[in-house]
Order: sequence, then C-alpha cells, then structure tokens
Amino acid sequence: MKTESRLEKVLKAGHFAVTAECGPSKGSDVEALQTKGKYLLGKVDAVNVTDNQTAIVRMSSVAACTILKNMGHEPVLQMVTRDRNRIALQSDLFGAYALGIHNVLCLSGDHQCFGNQKEAVGVFDLDSMQLIRTVRDMRDEGKIIGGEDIQVAPKMFIGAAANPFADPVGWRVVRLAKKIDAGADFIQTQCVFNLDRFTKFMKQANDMGLTEKVHILAGITPIKNAGMARYMATKVAGMDVPQNLIDRVSGVPKDKQADEGIKIAVETIQQVREIKGVAGIHLMAIEWEQKVPEILEAAGLGNRPQV
Amino acid sequence: MIVAELKEILEIRKMIDRYGSILVVGCDSCVAECAAGGRRETALLVAALRLSYSKDGMNPIITEACLDRQCVDDFVEGVAAQVPEHEVILSLGCGAGVQALARVYTDKPIIPALDTLFIGETQMRGIWQENCLGCGQCKLGYFGAVCPVTRCSKKLMNGPCGGSKDGRCEVHPDIPCGWDMILKRLEALGEIDRLKEYVPPVDWSTSHSGGPRRVVREDQKP
Repeated sequence: MKTESRLEKVLKAGHFAVTAECGPSKGSDVEALQTKGKYLLGKVDAVNVTDNQTAIVRMSSVAACTILKNMGHEPVLQMVTRDRNRIALQSDLFGAYALGIHNVLCLSGDHQCFGNQKEAVGVFDLDSMQLIRTVRDMRDEGKIIGGEDIQVAPKMFIGAAANPFADPVGWRVVRLAKKIDAGADFIQTQCVFNLDRFTKFMKQANDMGLTEKVHILAGITPIKNAGMARYMATKVAGMDVPQNLIDRVSGVPKDKQADEGIKIAVETIQQVREIKGVAGIHLMAIEWEQKVPEILEAAGLGNRPQV
Repeated sequence: MIVAELKEILEIRKMIDRYGSILVVGCDSCVAECAAGGRRETALLVAALRLSYSKDGMNPIITEACLDRQCVDDFVEGVAAQVPEHEVILSLGCGAGVQALARVYTDKPIIPALDTLFIGETQMRGIWQENCLGCGQCKLGYFGAVCPVTRCSKKLMNGPCGGSKDGRCEVHPDIPCGWDMILKRLEALGEIDRLKEYVPPVDWSTSHSGGPRRVVREDQKP
C-alpha cells in the first residue's frame, strides 16, 4: 500500500469500489452536510467532497472533508487549481493530511465564468497534471515543488479525472496515460450516459495497458427529470447526454421521470460493470444523495466490503 | 501589437468634465491598426465630445492632436508646445502611452480614452485576436506556434480540459479551444509526439507575477 487510504485497500483487494459525491453547503451549515453524509454512511467506500463545484462559492473542501470524516466517512478531497496557487495548494495538502484525509482528486476546475463569482481571477498557476505530479512528489520523494524536503510528507492516494466524452476524441486516452505517468492511482470519469463512447474509451485504455496501472471508476449520475437531462446535454461543460436518453425520460409522465432516471442509472451501473477495466463507480447524485442507497441496492452493490 | 477599445463617451466625460480645456492626443501606431485611437478615431472622438458637451450647454476648449507613438519619448515631445495651454490631456494611447505622457508632462492630469485589452493580431478587418500574454518565457516552439498560456482559458500546459467540445472552449462557443488548435497544428506538422511529455509548472516569475518588468540594455543606451 502506498497510503493509509481505505479506498486504496478496497481497490487493491480487487473489490468493485463505490464512491459518491457530496457537495458542501453554500454557507457554514454543518447540519445540512451531515444530513447528506448520513445517507451515504456505510453505503460507499469513499465520499468525494467537491471543491467549489461549477465555481460556486461553498464551504471549503478541506473543512467539509473533516466534518464527514468525523462522522466515519472516508473522504476524497477534491482540489481544483482554479482558485489557489501552488503555495496554497501545497499548504492545503499538508493541512488535509494532518486532519486525516488520505485521498485527493486533482482537477483544473470549471472555469469561473460558470459560477457566481464571474469577475474572479482564474489562478491556474498549476494545471491538473502538475497538481497530480506535485502530490506524488510529496508522497514518494518527500519534496515540494522546487525540491525542498518536507517534514512529515502527506501520503495521499491520488485521483484524477478523465472525460471520455470531450474532444478531441483521439487525445482523451493519451491524456489519461499522461495523468497515470504523472502519478494518478485512480480515475473518476465524467458521467457516463453515452455507453458506446465510454466502451470505446475503455477499449483504448485496455489496449494501451492503462487499466493495469490505474483503477478506473465510471461516473454515474441519476437523471431527476427531463429538464435536467436537457440541461446537462446543452448547458454543462463536458457532458454528453444522447438524445435517446432524453427522449426516454421525457417519454414517461412527470411524476415517474425520477424513477425512470434511477432505472437508467442502475442499468448503466450494470453495463459498465461488465466492461473490462472498470474498477468501480463514482456516483454523482447531485443534490439527491438520499437516493444513493436505493440505487446501489438495485444495482446489487448494497454491501460494502470490510477492509 | 496592442489592441484597445474606445471607452463610452459618458465614462470619459465623467473623468474630464471638471476641466475647461482638453488636449485630445491620439496615437498612430498599434491603436490606429485596431481602429481605436489613431488619427481618424481621434478626430471622431473630438467631434463626439463637442456634440456631447454642446447638448449639455457646455463649451470647453477641445484641441485635437496625434502622435506617431505615445510610448516613445522622442515622439511624446511632439505635443510639448500645446500642453501648457490645456488643463488636461485626454489620451487615445494604450496604457503605456497614457503613462508615458504622464511621465513626461508631470504637472498635467492624463486621462485614458481607451481600455487597453491585449497583445494580439489583426486576423481580418474588424477582428483582432489576443495571442500573447507576455509571460517572458516563450514556449511556442513546443506547441505548434499556438500559445497555451494565452489561447487556453485555463492556461493549461498539459493538454485540453474536459470542457473542450467540437473545437470550442467551455467558456464560450465563440472561443476556439486553444488545445484543439495546438493538437491539430502539431498533427499536421507530424510533431504530435511533443505533447506526450509532461510539462512542469510554469515559472511565472518572468511574467507580471514577478512585479513590473523592465529591460535594460547597456549596448542600446546613448
């Protein structure tokens, strides 16, 4: 084991891993976060705590990770390079590890133009690739950027994102390989709706031997209603929601659309499980965390391994 | 070149209404090329100001002038004779021009008439494109002469983000994805292998992050 991460233990033991996303409150509401956390407790192997997702100001990811950890969760600290320079990022990595956080997901982050602080400076001192390498060098070399030694280096299990649905298509697997070389231990993908494209991406990853080097968790998002499907298809950066899925959800009465969305999510989980090289799923039930147990139960993933 | 745009008349007036005599000084270099502050635009602005003031029953003295370059001392002196007769200089130079005037004419307020935008190129009449941030360490040779620092909205150095779709940037469909351009160009040149290598964090100390920059060349001094 490279780290004390529970997620690493689950994946290394060959279990089909389940992680779920938990967005912190827009404010300092601890109770709201704990309520979300309760739905997920014991149901998932780790909880991803988003870092001001879609550039909307929220409780800091480190703080929210700590609150969830105190409830008994295994947090995955999401870190975007949009808001902090290398001084702040490295400092927060020290702090997060000191608080007992053992997983980090390294991201560039949605551009600030999507959020509620559109006038903000976009820092982007590092990119996600450089952040991955930074976390790895801390863990494996005991050094910060520039080569200075660290006293008690953070030992993080390192995650990265992959978007099989973004363009240019041919570049996506090359970028995945680059992230693995930079130090990624696990990958959480963008939400899978377009199974054909995801299957092709996984085939390329398998052919290049990448799935032997990294654990890939397929992103799953349950659709709440037809409006959400259309919104994701047209308004959310990097999403690929095929028309037939939108039609399928719109085709049922309004009060049944949520059930249909969950059905689709469960089917998608079952389908990605069959794809070689998929090591688990990452469930992003946006403001719908209470549905996670039901989805996992229906997908036959109700019981989490003891490691 | 430097690309700039003319400010709204009302914003300009807010800054100059307190003065009774205004010397309006254009710059016939970069900002003429981008049709913001050259000879022609200076004449247009003077006419617009006169009209705007007359509508409000005001009648300040407005004198029109234009320098070949506002950012070079030798040229800046070209309006030396007119400056003392005016309370204020309204500059149609870029930010560098405005500040050069202020350094030379120390006792005059200098007001900008333009918003200075970027270092760019004229792609065609009416379209100017930003393509250099002046980071101080040009790496265009590795990226097929498309700058990731400037043309990628996130300054990414190791490939496109997940928001690149159909060659467009997630920030706006009008913005071409810089990384899509880099990839296509390197592919066409048969140099795509350049991108497999990890690019370490950029040293921003040579950019504005290192403080205002200055070049001193002894061999060029008089």
